[in-house]
Amino acid sequence: MPTRRLLLAAAAGGLFTPRLVRAQETPGVTATELRIGNTMPYSGPASAYGSIGRSHQAFFRMVNDNGGIAGRKINFITYDDGYSPPKTVEQVRRLVEQDRVAFLFNPLGTASNSAILRYVNQRKVPHLFLSTGADKWGNYQDTPWTIGWQPSYRTEAQIYAKHMLEQKPNAKLALLYQNDDFGKDYVTGIRDVLGARYDAMVRAVSHEATDPTVDSQIVTLAGSGAEVMLTATTPKFAAQAIRKVFEVGWRPLHYLTNVSISVGTVMEPAGAERGVGIITSAYLKDPTDPAWEQDAGMNEWRSFMSKYIPDGDMKDGSFPFAYGIAQTLMQVLRQCEGNFARDNVMRQAANLQGFVPATLIPGITVNTSPTNFHPIRQMQLQRWTGTTWERFGGIIEGAHLAG
Amino acid sequence: MSATDRIALPLRRPATALAAWQRSALVLAGLAAALAPLWLLESFHLFQLTMAVIMALAVLGLNIVTGYNGQISLGHGAFFAVGAYATAILMSHLDWSFWATLPVSAVVCGLIGYGVGFPALRLGGLYLALTTFSLAVAVPQILKHKSIEGWTGGVQGLFLVKPDPPAFLPLTPDQWMYCMALIVSSVCFLLAWNLIRGRIGRALMATRDHPIAAEAMGMDIAALKTQAFAVSAMITGLAGSLSAVAVEYVAPDSFSFALSINLFVGMVVGGVASILGSLFGGLFVLFVPNIAEAISKAAPGVIYGVILIAFLFLLPDGFAGLLRRLAARLRRASP
Repeated sequence: MPTRRLLLAAAAGGLFTPRLVRAQETPGVTATELRIGNTMPYSGPASAYGSIGRSHQAFFRMVNDNGGIAGRKINFITYDDGYSPPKTVEQVRRLVEQDRVAFLFNPLGTASNSAILRYVNQRKVPHLFLSTGADKWGNYQDTPWTIGWQPSYRTEAQIYAKHMLEQKPNAKLALLYQNDDFGKDYVTGIRDVLGARYDAMVRAVSHEATDPTVDSQIVTLAGSGAEVMLTATTPKFAAQAIRKVFEVGWRPLHYLTNVSISVGTVMEPAGAERGVGIITSAYLKDPTDPAWEQDAGMNEWRSFMSKYIPDGDMKDGSFPFAYGIAQTLMQVLRQCEGNFARDNVMRQAANLQGFVPATLIPGITVNTSPTNFHPIRQMQLQRWTGTTWERFGGIIEGAHLAG
Repeated sequence: MSATDRIALPLRRPATALAAWQRSALVLAGLAAALAPLWLLESFHLFQLTMAVIMALAVLGLNIVTGYNGQISLGHGAFFAVGAYATAILMSHLDWSFWATLPVSAVVCGLIGYGVGFPALRLGGLYLALTTFSLAVAVPQILKHKSIEGWTGGVQGLFLVKPDPPAFLPLTPDQWMYCMALIVSSVCFLLAWNLIRGRIGRALMATRDHPIAAEAMGMDIAALKTQAFAVSAMITGLAGSLSAVAVEYVAPDSFSFALSINLFVGMVVGGVASILGSLFGGLFVLFVPNIAEAISKAAPGVIYGVILIAFLFLLPDGFAGLLRRLAARLRRASP
C-alpha cells in the first residue's frame, strides 16, 4: 500500500533528519574540523606553565600531521588568561560563544577554573582534564561537566596515610598544612583513611601563606612526640620546615607533598643532607631520571619533543605532564567514534578503562566512570637520597570512599 | 544664595564653544553609540564591552586623584577589590539585590579612600606612589586572611549571580549587565564632569599645579586632597562592584597588583586629567592585551610593551590629547 510505504518512508526520514540537524548543530564540529578550546597563563605570575600550552599546540599539530581524528583536523584554540580569573572568564566566553569550540580541554589554575565552573556547567560545555590538583574537580554530582586529571591532593594524602599505617600502625602523626584549599585537602585525605582514629592520632598545625616562617609550628609539632610527620605546604615553607625539623633534632618519618619537591627551590635551600629519607610521591616519569633512558614511553615522548618542540627544555616536567594529558584526550576522542556532540564527549571522558599514557609511571592507569571523576588515583612513593629522588615500593592507590 | 554665587569666578567659556543644538546632538550621538552595541553585538562581545566600560569607570576614579589632583596612586586595584568584595559579600551571604549593594560599596570605599588620603598629605610624589602600591600588594593577601575567611571565602573566593533583567525589558542577562554598567558609569562620568568643571575641580587642579599659591588663595589643601582620594576610591570601588557581578566570581587572585598598574596604564594612555580619556583608557586596558596575544602567544608581554611604547610615542598626551589637537585643528580650519 502506497500510504503505508509513504508513512514508513516518512518515519525513516524522520529518524534521519534530527540526526542531520544535530550534526549541523553540534558546536565546534564540522565535516573537516574539531575545535577545542583552552586557556593558559602565557603571561603573568604563572607563565612558567605556559610550556603546557605550547606542548598541546605541538601535540595537536602532530595529530593533524598523522591524519587527524575521525577524518577531522583538530583546531586547538588557546588563549592567554595571565592567571587572572576575570580574564579566564572573558577568554572562556570567547571560546564558547565566539569560536564555538566543542569543549574545553586542560585550562590551568585552581582560581581560574573556579571562576568558569558555573558558566561551563550551566552551558553544558565539557570541561575536561584540568591542570590543577584540587579535589573539588571530582564532584560528579554537582558539576557533571567538569573532570580533573592528576591525582588530587586528597588522594595523595590518602596514599601517605596508607603507607604510614603499614610502616608504623600506631604512630602519632604531626601534620603541618598551609591554611588554604590546598593544605586542607591533605587534612581531608588523612581523615578519609584514619576515620574515627584521626583525633587520637593526629596533631595538626596550620600556617598562613603570609607567615614569615613556620619555626614555631615546627617546635609545637616536635614537642608533641609524634614519630611521623606530613608537611603539606608550598616550597618556601617546606624548605623552612625541613631545615627546622633537622635543627631541633627531631627525626620523624617525614612525608612531603609533591608540590614541594623541587631540588632547586626546596631541597637545596633546606640543605640537601638534612632532607635524607624524606618520602614523597610521583605519578609521572621524571624526564631527568636515568631509569627511563631506554623506556619505550619516554622514547615516544622524546621523539615527539625532538620533532615538534626541538627548542623545549627536556628537563621541564611540564612537557611529559602535557603529553600524558593530551594522550588521554585522544583516547576519549577515539572512543567517541566520530560523534563529537558534547554529551557524548562527556560520556566518553567518564568511560576510560585502564588507559596508559606514555609518560605515567608503569602500573598507573587512567580510569573514570560516571561516578568516578578522579582519573588518576595511584602513585608511587619516592625517597630523597641526598642528591635525587629514588622511587621505591609498588603502586599505591588512594582510599575507596563510599559515595 | 550660597557663598559661591557671590564670588566672582572667571567663566570658562571660550569663543568657540558649541551651540546648544550642537551639544545636544553630540549627547544624542553618544547615547546612540553607547546603546547600539546592545543590538549589534553578540553576548561575548557585549561582555567584553561591559568589562571595558567597567575598566573605564575605574580609570576615571584614578584620574580624579592622580590626573586632576596630582597625587600618584598605584594602589587603585585595592579599592576595586574592596568594592567587588563588598558587593559579593552582601549578595552571596545576605542575599541583597545588586543595586542595594552599590551605596554600601561606595561608602566603604570612600571611607577607606579618605583614610588613605591622610598619609598622602605628608607623602608626596614617589613616596605616595609606593605607599599606595603597598596597599595594592597587601589587599589580596588580607582578603585571604583566616579571620575574615568566613566572609570572603578565602582563596576559594565567592560566587554570585548576575541580576536578572526586570520582567518588562526584553533583554538577556548579558544585555542587562551592559545596561547596568552603562547606567552606573554614565552617572559617575556625568557627576565627575560636573565636579571637575566647577569650583572644586578648579581647586583640585590648582592644588596640583601650585599648592602654595592655592593655599594662599584660601583653599584647604588637606581637605581637598583627602576628599579627592575619597571620591576617587568611591568611583573605582563602584567599578569593582560592577565587575564582581559581571564576572560572577571574586577571588583574591583577581585583584593582583597588576590590576593597579593596568589602571595606571589606562589613565596615561587615555589621557591624564581627562574625563573622556578615561573611556579610551578602559578600552585600551581590556582590548590591547588580546591584540598582543593574537600577534604572539610566545611573548604577549613583549608585544604589549611595544604597543604601549608606540602609543606613548605617537600620542604623548593620550587619546584625549589627540582629540584635543584634532578639535583645535578643526576650529582653526573653520573660520
